[in-house]
Amino acid sequence: MPEKTLDLIEPETSVKILKLTGQRSLRKRILDMGLTPGTKVEVMRRAPLGDPVEFKIKGYNLSLRKKEAQTVLVETVE
Amino acid sequence: MTKKITVALAGNPNVGKTSVFNAITGSRQHVGNWPGVTVERKMGKRVYKNTEMEIVDLPGTYSLTTYSLDEIIARDFLIEEKPDIVVQVIDATNLERNLYLSTQLMELGVKLVIALNMKDLALAKGNRIDEEKIQEFLDVPVIPTIASKGTGIERLLDAVIEEASKARKNDDPLSYDEATEGMVHELEVILKSDQYFAHYPSRWFSIKLLEGDENIIKKAQESKKYTQIREILRKTDEDNFETKIADQRYSTIQAMLRQVCDINTSQLSGSDMVDRVVTNKLLGIPIFLALMWAAFELTFTFATPFMNMIDIFFGWLAGATAEVISTEWLASLVGDGIIAGIGSVLIFLPNILLLFFMLSLMEDSGYMARAAFIMDRVMGRIGLHGKSFIPLIMGFGCNVPAIMATRTIEDPRDRLITILVAPFISCGARLPVYVLLAGAFFGRDAGIVIFGLYALGILVAVLSAKLMRTTVLRGEDAPFIMELPDYRLPTLKGSFIHMWERAKIYLKKAGGIILIGVVGVWLLASIPAPGSGGVFGSEEIYGSTDSLVGVIGHLIEPLVAPLGFDWRIAVALVFGIVAKEIVVGSMGVLYGAGEDEQNLSNILAAGAMTPLAGLGLMVFTLLYVPCFACIGVIKRETGSWKWTLFQLVYGTGLAWVFAFTLYQIGSRIGFLT
Repeated sequence: MPEKTLDLIEPETSVKILKLTGQRSLRKRILDMGLTPGTKVEVMRRAPLGDPVEFKIKGYNLSLRKKEAQTVLVETVE
Repeated sequence: MTKKITVALAGNPNVGKTSVFNAITGSRQHVGNWPGVTVERKMGKRVYKNTEMEIVDLPGTYSLTTYSLDEIIARDFLIEEKPDIVVQVIDATNLERNLYLSTQLMELGVKLVIALNMKDLALAKGNRIDEEKIQEFLDVPVIPTIASKGTGIERLLDAVIEEASKARKNDDPLSYDEATEGMVHELEVILKSDQYFAHYPSRWFSIKLLEGDENIIKKAQESKKYTQIREILRKTDEDNFETKIADQRYSTIQAMLRQVCDINTSQLSGSDMVDRVVTNKLLGIPIFLALMWAAFELTFTFATPFMNMIDIFFGWLAGATAEVISTEWLASLVGDGIIAGIGSVLIFLPNILLLFFMLSLMEDSGYMARAAFIMDRVMGRIGLHGKSFIPLIMGFGCNVPAIMATRTIEDPRDRLITILVAPFISCGARLPVYVLLAGAFFGRDAGIVIFGLYALGILVAVLSAKLMRTTVLRGEDAPFIMELPDYRLPTLKGSFIHMWERAKIYLKKAGGIILIGVVGVWLLASIPAPGSGGVFGSEEIYGSTDSLVGVIGHLIEPLVAPLGFDWRIAVALVFGIVAKEIVVGSMGVLYGAGEDEQNLSNILAAGAMTPLAGLGLMVFTLLYVPCFACIGVIKRETGSWKWTLFQLVYGTGLAWVFAFTLYQIGSRIGFLT
């Protein structure tokens, strides 16, 4: 399974979170939203201007800028 | 005898917390600010079964860490004020993330009652939830509610009263792995040995220490036991301990959810279908622009007849009162000062009511988050959040409601910058000034000139935002982590309550400043200059060269002379602070053209001013001190005279520099002279 950062994942793909690499405050906020390691994330779509990106996680929809998504290390799942 | 209890309302954003609050308190609400900050604090009262409940609406939060102002406020309130009961409103369609906050509330040791809101929507989504089992697992009352319809509210209040009479429970249903629990225990022993920590629930404080919560560590550092605490915390240094803790909280919740409900995750929800269109790559922006246009038109076009009516009514009232009062100065004070002042407060009401009605429809339906999602790329470029876009756009109609609309921006710094640059967006009141001056000096090219002024306003706003972001309000961009809530049908009641709240705030907080400003300018215009022999409050003195404002005009003439303005323009600009469109009317009087604008236009075109100075005047009008109403809401929304003054000085300074550069260079090279 290739490791990638979440910002590089194409829409309509599902991935699993491996690790959060951002600094502590960002890491904590992302964790609080439910992006804990092992969680499945579905990339829904990019905003019309390319950024931010919308994800589906734990049954709800969340958007992150690519800058934040870059701190989320993921692996692709089938 | 009635009992008094304090009930704090907690919950994630977008879970219907406001609906629950409205359903409990009805119209008995009071909106203020949390001490020291401009985050809104809503309180309400409800007497139910001999119990008087004071309901405090905490800011909506996903967690109780200290990385956002909202979370600090909620947490401090729970720890410092110790409410008798905390009601957490939970979105039944989104249990997992909502219960994450519940685990933290339980760790805090508060008495908790859960309002399981929107169960109907969860059922419609195909989710089955057994609330009695949740109640068993968490050992707290769980009451299903549909707050938008008022269903379940009485049962919720019954549960609140019952829980309030019980003793506080101390057992936290959530336990962590052995290693963590071991450290929690060691820390608790240390904390309990020091009176300094007696104020805080020790288990909660220990867990926060392990999570590396900066605020809590800072508090611990002030105690004598810190060396011992640090010894234990050292063990957590290597790995991401907070990840481990968050992970365990979520795992516990997941394990519970598997037993209490059946969640349908297979299909795309209705919201996802709507989003396929609304945030679509091609359609997203056109739909957004169309909705903005509709909201703008409805707000400002629809308001125009009402504003005209208010204008005519107060004009008539001022005239009629003046006729009844025989003392000339008193008639003028009541008519031109007080009544005109009240009129200039009320004239903005139609705009404010309509705009906030639109905004609450957008917010409650869930579209606001999509708008921010679509526009974030643009706003991110200047260091702001996608949510700053809508207030700025509304500024084209009127800066006053636009500044009030910045309430939707969560990050305090983003919000402050948006407030400070909003007045540069050219509002409707500046248009009459452009129309007259551009018409007089530029004839057929007036349209291009006016367009250029609007563009200049946008440019100044954008560059100023960027400038402030890198200087006075420096700092890293707030992370953009935004939920896109499911679309929902907004309720009319909710929108009306919201609209009325905004209007009340405007009248109470900004109204006074506006009235004082207007009467102040009336005084300057009515008091005769010493030695002029004029009569106070007489028509001959009002705003003339012999009045105080005339004297001020002459005094500041040297300041504006390098811009190509004389004392009359200086006086007109002072009047313009009452409302920018008044610049035209006062110029009419000062240039002896009377009320006839065509007359004034002819006088100006015949050489009273050069076109270059006229252009400078338009630029100056665009950028200098906004009107009193605007100053009033800037003060109210920033909560600070310092920042209000900063805006005034910055804007006026910029206006001067622009007009100065334009006039000096223009007159040297013979441009438009």
